[in-house]
Amino acid sequence: MSTVIDAAGIRRLTQELLAARPPATTGRADFLKARFDAGLAWVHYPVGLGGLDAPRSLQPVVDAELAAAGAPDNDPRRIGIGLGMAAPTILGYGTEEQKQRFLRPLWTGDEVWCQLFSEPGAGSDLAALGTRAVRDGEDWVVDGQKVWTSSAHVARWAILIARTDPDVPKHRGISYFICDMTDPGVEVRPLRQITGEAEFNEVFLTGVRIPDSRRLGPVGDGWKVAQTTLMNERVSIGGARIPREGGMIGTVAKTWREQPELRTHDLHQRLLTLWVEAEVARLTGERLRQQLVAGQPGPEGSGMKLAFARLNQEISGLEVELLGDEGMLYGDWTMRRPEIVDFTGRDAGYRYLRSKGNSIEGGTSEVLLNIVAERVLRLPVEPRNDKDVAWKDLAR
Amino acid sequence: MTVQTEAAQAPDLLYSEAEEDLRSAVRALLADRADAPTVIAGIESDTPYDLRLWESLAVGIGAAGLLVPEKLGGQGATHREAAVVLEELGRSVAPAPYLTSAVVATEILLALGADGGPAAGLLGELASGSKVAVLALPFSTPPADAGAAMAGTLERTVSAVAEAVTADVLLVPTADGLYAVETAGDGVAVQPLVPLDLTRPLATVTLTGATGTLLADAGPAAEAVGRGLLAGAGLLASEQLGLAEWCLTETVRHTRERHQFNRPVGSFQSLKHRMAQLWLEVVSARAAARNAADALATGSPDAPLAVAVAQAYCSGAAVHAAEECVQLHGGIGMTWEHPAHLYLKRAKADSIAYGTAGRHREAVAALVDLPAP
Ligand SMILES: Cc1cc2nc3c(=O)[nH]c(=O)nc-3n(C[C@H](O)[C@H](O)[C@H](O)COP(=O)(O)OP(=O)(O)OC[C@H]3O[C@@H](n4cnc5c(N)ncnc54)[C@H](O)[C@@H]3O)c2cc1C
Repeated sequence: MSTVIDAAGIRRLTQELLAARPPATTGRADFLKARFDAGLAWVHYPVGLGGLDAPRSLQPVVDAELAAAGAPDNDPRRIGIGLGMAAPTILGYGTEEQKQRFLRPLWTGDEVWCQLFSEPGAGSDLAALGTRAVRDGEDWVVDGQKVWTSSAHVARWAILIARTDPDVPKHRGISYFICDMTDPGVEVRPLRQITGEAEFNEVFLTGVRIPDSRRLGPVGDGWKVAQTTLMNERVSIGGARIPREGGMIGTVAKTWREQPELRTHDLHQRLLTLWVEAEVARLTGERLRQQLVAGQPGPEGSGMKLAFARLNQEISGLEVELLGDEGMLYGDWTMRRPEIVDFTGRDAGYRYLRSKGNSIEGGTSEVLLNIVAERVLRLPVEPRNDKDVAWKDLAR
Repeated sequence: MTVQTEAAQAPDLLYSEAEEDLRSAVRALLADRADAPTVIAGIESDTPYDLRLWESLAVGIGAAGLLVPEKLGGQGATHREAAVVLEELGRSVAPAPYLTSAVVATEILLALGADGGPAAGLLGELASGSKVAVLALPFSTPPADAGAAMAGTLERTVSAVAEAVTADVLLVPTADGLYAVETAGDGVAVQPLVPLDLTRPLATVTLTGATGTLLADAGPAAEAVGRGLLAGAGLLASEQLGLAEWCLTETVRHTRERHQFNRPVGSFQSLKHRMAQLWLEVVSARAAARNAADALATGSPDAPLAVAVAQAYCSGAAVHAAEECVQLHGGIGMTWEHPAHLYLKRAKADSIAYGTAGRHREAVAALVDLPAP
């Protein structure tokens, strides 16, 4: 990591970008590309790949300057999987060519990504997946079914894990690929969810040919690559930096202040309890970031997604109750296929229902608690009967 | 009233044989006419109500007239039997205006002492299932607000009225007394709202120059509306119980069958304990709901407390069971095809209906002399 660049240097580069491409007169896409090329996309990435090899802690300096200047930002809700999960995995395991090809359009939002991991039979036990990839010359031929694939209907690319060797224990026979969603054999079907929308999909893969050049990491080592993705997924779901009252608690607090007629003692006590918990969760996240900058990453990362899920659920549940008659209503049940994954938009009922997914997507809270218990607290693991058995011999 | 009042005579918290027979009949009907795919298809159609289902329930089984004495055209049963019907309706989340018409509206008319007169006529029609009547107040109104709800005139707009869409008659409380207003009459507009709980429609009712039949003067009307809401809140607990029970049963079934990590996920102790905890809540909810139903049935002076306790407890138990049901089903629980979402939406809306748990805890505070600081 370079120590040449400091906050003042980053600020100067940001000002130069703004001078060269004034946001007022520059198109959104052009601005984002120029920002990437200036190394101000994610400053901790390598030079030439949207970064400056600078400390991660300098990113907020850039973001603040750009926000103040009214510069366009890439919408993290639209490109969340690419930004939060595909990018770090490609950076960590990709070839130079893959990095050059994928990172720029990913970051500017030109290309949306989705995650073809879960399957009907492999959710929490992701390593049990059965989608097969069979080598055929320079290609892999992929057959299988994926499910719960958020944004597959708008995605250009997918990160995909598939079984390349059924004869070894499940964690060892998996490989990791980049799948072109426009290829023949990829079929995306909407899967309507509790909110009425079809935010996720079923994806059927039939004889899909993926060139070996789009494999990430060694053959059979895909589980390790997937760990990078999954770790980043949890951090990106739970780890957004927010101001005080920045999350869902802000909406409820606003309603409370503006509609005194809704107030009761009982709701007041519950609101205050949750307000304190939301503030403490925010501080825990902030402390975690400071630890990272100081080079002492703590295990609290695993806890952030847990806290985020529970808080979102409790706060949105309280909000529905607080609203009384209005809480018994819903904005719109129309079946749509939204372009973005929206946790907080729309009304209280939507927030309540969507938040139920927060403790399931990206690893359930139960599984995350197991991870905390076993990897952080080093408690003895559950007796397991699936470790040393060849995948093909497991009960399904 | 003091806390000890009821110690003398213990309420009957069990089910009688007749109640179990009634349950079987209702359950068989609902299994036949209101299984989950049917309910999901129904809520997506233009006619959420299966009129044949209502007819079979109300007329065929005679459930609509359970609370009404035989001489007035009913079955002469009690709140205990009506509660059993509601348990089954909760278990199937079937759309039917049972709670609103056969319990709340019916109880109000009964409370007016309907010996002849328009109230008696209407009561007979509700009991026979030939008409549906609902109270024109927001679904969230707790029994304690009955008096305050009597303000206003026949010129008014009321939001979030449950089942108004299917009602033939609205019971409209005004400062002058309680009116029966035909929904088909002039000056009545029933505008459907988009409900969180798709199985129980809500509407805004607007009255402009509507006319109605005066059923009772302000004094008795206020008391009757209070009794109607009390019965509604009390028996809603049974709906919540049935709902919670379905959620637990279904979650146990799913987690026994769903394998991950080479074993049923229900074999993980962390899940087992949560389902065991839910079982404890269902058992407790049953005692509380039965107590409320029995107190209403016997006209016990303990009824207001029994109802407040049941609501304060069962609301939370139902929401908890439904939330756990979604969570322990994993991704499937988040889909539209799986019925778990119907239960979550019903449980959450029910937790506001006839007063939130918080409002009922306040009622408890007043009734047992535990005042706020
Ligand atoms: C809104 C949403 C979006 C999603 N988006 C994507 C996506 O884009 N791409 C993708 O690949 N996947 C996606 N998923 C899938 C998600 O990762 C899985 O649903 C999740 O991993 C759980 O798997 P499952 O649904 O099979 O549940 P199961 O694994 O069947 O779990 C059922 C229940 O058992 C519990 N359980 C399982 N194992 C254990 C254990 N060892 N100890 C204790 N409890 C356990 C679970 O916590 C859960 O409560 C999404 C899911 C949702 C809800």
